[in-house]
Amino acid sequence: MKPAPFGYADPRTLAEALEVLGREGEGAKVLAGGQSLLPLLSMRLAAPTTLVDINRVAGLDSIESGPDGVRVGALVRHARLLDDAAAAGVQPLLARATASVAHPAIRNRGTTVGSIAHADPSGEMTAVLALTGGSVTVATPAGRSAVGWQDFFVGPLETSVHGPAVVVDAFFPALAQRSGTAFAELSRRRGDYAVCGAGAVVTLDADRRVSAARTAYISVGLVPQVHDLTEAVAGRPVDTVDWAAAGALARTLVDPDTDLHASADYRRLLVGVLTERTLAAAALEATGRTP
Amino acid sequence: MTTKLFGEPVRRREDGRLITGRGRYLDDIGHDALAVAFVRSPHAHARVTDIDVDAALDVEGLVAVYTYEDLLGPMAEPLPVLIPHPQLTAPRTGYPLVRDVVHHMGEAVVMVVATDRYVAEDACDRITVSYEQLPVVVGVDAAREARHAVHEDVPDNVAARHHQETGDVEAALAASAHTLAFTQYIERSACMPMEGKGVHAAWDPADSSLRVYTSTQASTSVRAAIAAKLQLSLEKVEVVAPDVGGGFGVKIVHPWPEELLVPMAAIALQRPVKWTEDRREHFISSAHERQQRQEIRVGYDDDGRLTALDVRIWHDNGAYTPYGIIVPIVTATQLVGPYVVPTYRVRVDSVYTNTVIVTPYRGAGRPQGCYAMERTMDRIAQERGLDRAEVRARNLIQPDQFPYDHHLTFQDGRPVIYDSGDYPGLLDKLTALVGWSGVEERRAEATARGKLLGIGMAMYVEGTGPGPYEGGHVQVLGSGKVLVSTGLTSQGQGHETAFAQIVAHELGVPIEDVEVTTGDTRRFGYAVGTFASRAAVMSGNAIALAARGVKEKALRIAGEALEVDPSDLEIDEGLVQVKGTPGISIPLRTVAVLSNPLRYAFDEAAKQATQFAGPGDDSKPPVAAGDAPGLEHVDYYSPVRSTFASGAHAAVVEIDTLTWEIDVVQYAVVHDCGTIVNPMIVEGQVHGGVAQGVGGALYERMAYDADGQLQNASFMDFLMPYASEVPDIDIDHQQTPSPLNPLGLKGAGEAGVIPGTAAIASAIEDATGRRIAAMPISPTELYDLVRDDAAGRVAPRRTGAMA
Repeated sequence: MKPAPFGYADPRTLAEALEVLGREGEGAKVLAGGQSLLPLLSMRLAAPTTLVDINRVAGLDSIESGPDGVRVGALVRHARLLDDAAAAGVQPLLARATASVAHPAIRNRGTTVGSIAHADPSGEMTAVLALTGGSVTVATPAGRSAVGWQDFFVGPLETSVHGPAVVVDAFFPALAQRSGTAFAELSRRRGDYAVCGAGAVVTLDADRRVSAARTAYISVGLVPQVHDLTEAVAGRPVDTVDWAAAGALARTLVDPDTDLHASADYRRLLVGVLTERTLAAAALEATGRTP
Repeated sequence: MTTKLFGEPVRRREDGRLITGRGRYLDDIGHDALAVAFVRSPHAHARVTDIDVDAALDVEGLVAVYTYEDLLGPMAEPLPVLIPHPQLTAPRTGYPLVRDVVHHMGEAVVMVVATDRYVAEDACDRITVSYEQLPVVVGVDAAREARHAVHEDVPDNVAARHHQETGDVEAALAASAHTLAFTQYIERSACMPMEGKGVHAAWDPADSSLRVYTSTQASTSVRAAIAAKLQLSLEKVEVVAPDVGGGFGVKIVHPWPEELLVPMAAIALQRPVKWTEDRREHFISSAHERQQRQEIRVGYDDDGRLTALDVRIWHDNGAYTPYGIIVPIVTATQLVGPYVVPTYRVRVDSVYTNTVIVTPYRGAGRPQGCYAMERTMDRIAQERGLDRAEVRARNLIQPDQFPYDHHLTFQDGRPVIYDSGDYPGLLDKLTALVGWSGVEERRAEATARGKLLGIGMAMYVEGTGPGPYEGGHVQVLGSGKVLVSTGLTSQGQGHETAFAQIVAHELGVPIEDVEVTTGDTRRFGYAVGTFASRAAVMSGNAIALAARGVKEKALRIAGEALEVDPSDLEIDEGLVQVKGTPGISIPLRTVAVLSNPLRYAFDEAAKQATQFAGPGDDSKPPVAAGDAPGLEHVDYYSPVRSTFASGAHAAVVEIDTLTWEIDVVQYAVVHDCGTIVNPMIVEGQVHGGVAQGVGGALYERMAYDADGQLQNASFMDFLMPYASEVPDIDIDHQQTPSPLNPLGLKGAGEAGVIPGTAAIASAIEDATGRRIAAMPISPTELYDLVRDDAAGRVAPRRTGAMA
């Protein structure tokens, strides 16, 4: 379990990082927190020619919370995002989901943006990016561009970004008015990858009737997907709504896989259960935010 | 009197060192050694048709490449069958490197030696081994079917048919008022010590001697094996077990191929060579345990008392049988547990599969036996409409029945005769500890919360401390330091503390003066090993006897010096003194100096022992005939048979009716390991065992696919429980000393793991009303079970209502 030989660069600027990436071609990989990449290297499941370590690149470690949303820099560790009250105020899903990311030791090193760029459908933050309708900023030698989550995730561990590029931040739009969120997951052991996880956003109208209910799941499907469950609950007063109907609908929309830890059927069961639980919790929060 | 140490919760003296990074584990040794990596078979069953190493030869830093063709003399022969048995009719073992046919994924085909491990793995990547794949056998049922053979010359895949019986079981079953028959399964798990295996070997060409460090549970026997295989004289081989980061059984197997190949390379290359096993290697090329299919037929009377028990087991022994049929024998003989079984027959077919070898993992066959017997008790209770505790109570061996002879032959070749115990006492303590009679209220309360609550229990008897022997050496130095050594090894159990407690107590010295060394053949050449919960029983008693020998000699020498009768002397806090007469005394360290008559005064203390230091008796030699210089003694303890510890566990589970998650919310243990040297250490052993029991019941399994690929060979997918998955554990002790050994000890190392699977299965069954006949069980499997209308249902049960 020792990596194959690889080159190593530790640029101080983004331009320098992009230059190295351009020079090294497809064999180069960006190293941020290393929590997924380094085990892959050690098991020789990946053998990049060069690691471009961006940890010393200036300007990538900020969390900017504003009325529109939260922008999380590429070097922000999960632990920092988890503890950022301003970010949680703008988009509560960030702290809620980050709390489920592995264990403290991993959260202390792993980066939120790195986890998104890794595009593992078991990663909590991929689902959160999708559910919040977020985007990432991709820097290339040609400049920066925003890439919406739908265009970013292509497959398991696969994104639309190719060539010399660094994902420099992720942007999570603010939670809308009269809305609430919840996040829950079930894992075999505390801190493991979830067998199934769910994030939910519920929005009420001024009469406290449900106007929107959306969910996204982790460890279900190949790429993050947002499911609009509004039709099952639309127009119902929040205190009488039957969330089980939304759970039942969700079960028909997902296409989970079987693996060592859960059958597809069991995952589908959990999708229903977690949908119901998270929607109910999100609705409760939305109620509190609806005058 | 000396401060009482024996039986006290003395803090473990080794922990400060071990938990602050000052341990010296295998990989801490020899940073400049050449490194070994292996090319291991990716196939479970295949013929090697070609090995092409050419591409590896360009790798800078490559030192040597070995294949089977490079093995000479005894190294080219199969590895030893460590424990032969007449019923092991078709033993098979591998070669240090694969010869022709691979029998499980992970077998070592090529050994690469390079300047470091990175380079060695680079070279491995460039070696191409060509295989012709052969049909694969995975699992006991496939082995039993024998459509394919794991070993060409063993067409039925049966390595051994183990058979014991105490009477005519067919007649007894026919005569029974009631009978039941059922089949159940238990899966594979593994030891998974934090530190994997590892070997460091250095050859001294000038001295023609070899020193080997290995992460082993049996250094003396590794030494003998290396000497034999490499054709070295025993005195030219030293084997040292440094700090060992856990063993749990996997390191009692020896010699592992690497324990021979690394020294072989060190000698050939005249350079120190090291191999440190990585976790993936540990998964695919060390050892697993536990898979069995069990077919049980039981007869009993109206009151639920056993009349006959017939057990047929298919035991998966993996690809080879280096450790013989110890695990099947232990299952067969320990299955009867604390119960009177009037007529018993057990037949175990130990079968080959194309999977990693199966050798003892903490419990070593006992968890399977306990699972068979305890689930039988549950079934009888359900069928008779009796409380499960009551059925057990009616079948227990009573305290006045000891010694109790089961008329079986144990793993040490000796009779299964229980030496002492109080099983009704265990059961009473357990039902009180767990609140057995109050469970219905808890069930109702849980139901109101949307949870299914269930309770289960399991009892066991564990043969511990088997022979043939262990020895101990105790020596008092002129400094007052007391050196203790024993040949068996330590893997974190707390031997440094427990053995020091014994010596401090026996000799009357401060524990701070006692230094314990284990597993170093330079210090003690005769030993068997650390397994079967035997260290305290075997080495503990040997060390106590050695300390008593030292004490006797010390009192004799002190008596001469003080001109008093030795029988009037005692030793307290390192001072030899006349009982009841303060002031007439001599320090033990001075006695140690006097015990060794000297010509040369190399230090101040030594002056006292030189020839002109005082008047001597000119008529006697300085060292009397039959005596020896020095205040030291070696003694051995060799038991007539094993001693039998016992215990009872209960688990309370809550099951979420929406997600089918299983939560062990309470776990109670009553434990009897005879006289306790250190209750803190015993409780630690129980905690660790319970953690592994919970793992085996709910989390761990070896997920082999039909091609013999281990799909979960990492800690990401092989789910050992974290601390967060292990319940709080309530422990109550009972002490029925063993009459078989001087200290009254029974073993404690494995006990905690034995009943976990049985107790938790019972609790899940109690909670769900569904028959649990395969363990471990995960939420996804439980979901399948509750949805399956064809799955067995158990009769409505009510615990606590004594029928």
